[in-house]
Amino acid sequence: MLLYVLRRLLTAIPTMFVIVTLAFFLIRVAPGGPFNQERGLSPEIKANLEAQFGLNDPLWLQYGNYLNNLLHGNFGPSYNLPDFTVGELFAKGLPISIQLGASALILALLLGTLLGTVAALNQNKAADYSVIALATAGSTIPTFVIAPIIQLVFGLSWKLLPVGGWGDGALLNKIGPVLTLALPQIAIVARLMRGSMIESLRSHHIRTARALGLSDWSVVVRHALRGAVLPIISFTGPAAAALLTGSIIVETIFSIPGVGRYFVDAALNRDYTLVMGTVVVIALFTIIFNLIVDIMYAVVDPRVRYD
Amino acid sequence: MTDAVVAAPVVGRSLWGDAWARLQANRAAMFSLYYLIFMGIICIVGPYFVPHQYTTIYPDYVRTAPSLSSYPKSDMIETTLAETVKRMRVDVKEWHQEGERVFVTVTSSKAVDERNVRYIDRSDTFDDAKVESKSADGLEMTMSASIKQQYFIFGTDNTGRDMLSRTLMAGRISLAIGLLAGFVAVTIGVVYGAAAGFIGGKVDEVMMRVVDVLYSLPFIFFVIMLVVFFGRNFVLMFLAVGAVLWLDMARIVRGQALSIRRQEYVQAAEAMGVRTRGILMRHVIPNLLGPVVIYMTLLVPHVIILESFLSFLGLGVQEPMTSWGVLISVGAKNIGTANWLLLFPAFFLVSTLFALNFVGDGLRDALDPKDR
Repeated sequence: MLLYVLRRLLTAIPTMFVIVTLAFFLIRVAPGGPFNQERGLSPEIKANLEAQFGLNDPLWLQYGNYLNNLLHGNFGPSYNLPDFTVGELFAKGLPISIQLGASALILALLLGTLLGTVAALNQNKAADYSVIALATAGSTIPTFVIAPIIQLVFGLSWKLLPVGGWGDGALLNKIGPVLTLALPQIAIVARLMRGSMIESLRSHHIRTARALGLSDWSVVVRHALRGAVLPIISFTGPAAAALLTGSIIVETIFSIPGVGRYFVDAALNRDYTLVMGTVVVIALFTIIFNLIVDIMYAVVDPRVRYD
Repeated sequence: MTDAVVAAPVVGRSLWGDAWARLQANRAAMFSLYYLIFMGIICIVGPYFVPHQYTTIYPDYVRTAPSLSSYPKSDMIETTLAETVKRMRVDVKEWHQEGERVFVTVTSSKAVDERNVRYIDRSDTFDDAKVESKSADGLEMTMSASIKQQYFIFGTDNTGRDMLSRTLMAGRISLAIGLLAGFVAVTIGVVYGAAAGFIGGKVDEVMMRVVDVLYSLPFIFFVIMLVVFFGRNFVLMFLAVGAVLWLDMARIVRGQALSIRRQEYVQAAEAMGVRTRGILMRHVIPNLLGPVVIYMTLLVPHVIILESFLSFLGLGVQEPMTSWGVLISVGAKNIGTANWLLLFPAFFLVSTLFALNFVGDGLRDALDPKDR
């Protein structure tokens, strides 16, 4: 197992390398530069700025420098937020995005598993249909509709929650964004869980368990659930990577100072280092969570072996 | 009339006839299908019947709440009249309403110019302004004007544009983008996937690795790069969106093509000497159509959401053109003061997405009964 983890981590290195290289040259091919948008910047100042950040060097040299810095854990300075390095920006914003994303993920996993199981146990009954309806709604209504509606209902009409803002991480400020992030995920988890639970309940070992006279609780929770959570685990990997690296929609609508906005803003402003930083962070999260998922798989399903 | 009724020969139902019958039995899917047709018709034809252009600005009716009765409301007349008269730099002495006309008497320290009535005509609330009488010294004048009755069923937006015509116009754009980008994605995906699946071997291997590499790039990064390259051009935008979404289609079609090629009836056809072209036309393409149609109906809502998402970020459709995403993003910023700006476009978008999903699910059940 340890060997497997090490091997996976080793194969992650070329993957990261390819992603970094592709992203680096893609964003450089795009027309425009980081200092083109600023108004009233005289050509001399622009030239000086570009010289200071080494943007006039040949591209391969810049690429080499960037890789070298990256290997030393240095993401470089942000061009458009000149008081910060990219590392500082992430140190500030990432914990916020991770908090929201992790809460949403945990909520989605707990609630989704519960709803999916309830639906599967009451197949083609009222409870089942309401879960299906909720799942359809959750996966159909886009986030940028859910978020303002939550603001409208809970923030403005009922005045239960603040409409937006981070409020230094006050609990009430997190409820809206977490709900918005979680709802589509709850829908997916519930749907996956319902399907795999129905399948699992039909299997032979469940019939045996019932024949042995085990209680319903024991049959479902100890035996059926274990087989049924496998699809949920493989869903969790990419979902965790996406949720923890921030959502631009949710962070924009609720004015949350997370990292979700960086990607789009940086790409539009040609803030090369910030774009690259975001790509690296997302890729790292994706690789790590996919690895965790594969390990979890082996833990839950002993038939899976990585030797 | 002694002819016995001759029973018609039993006609088998074709694959598509069978699927259609199954789809018709699915009430949710049929209702959604009719709803989509209805939505398409009102978005295409509707704007011609709404008396307001989607770009016309009514300065008197900024952020007017939706209402089924006509504007101006009785309490709005006084303020609008006062504002209009203020532009003439005179004072209102008295005003009253008689039926559809208002009468206003104004005074000033200087002689009142009769040409001032055009200020009244210029407002969105009144027209047909006339001078009724003028006092002997010219310091006082009575004018009358009729009240223009206007309907804003969905209200108006921040600049005073009618939301009904804007929502319908936005629907046109969103649906058009959905269909066109969906079509682009499906075409690229089918051609690419079928080629890979049918040629097979090394070519297939390389073609699929390319798909894998494109998959591994963050999706948003890809879209934003395309927007950066192509600028905020409407047509290029959805070509770009379509060009991003073909990957799934390519995988599905390749898998299908591979499995169809291995079927016994294809081998039989090959053994009988049917040419590749014949096999493609007679066996592969008809069998591919099912998954393609299903994927297309599921892709269209995906594209509409993507377009709305980009427009929400300000990268998509640009003013004064509009789409549901643009309207929702404006609405989301104004929920505190004018929630109808969010609610109407959001309802249109969400109901359309629901309908598309139900039709897609219905089609999947109808075309692939095994999958139930």
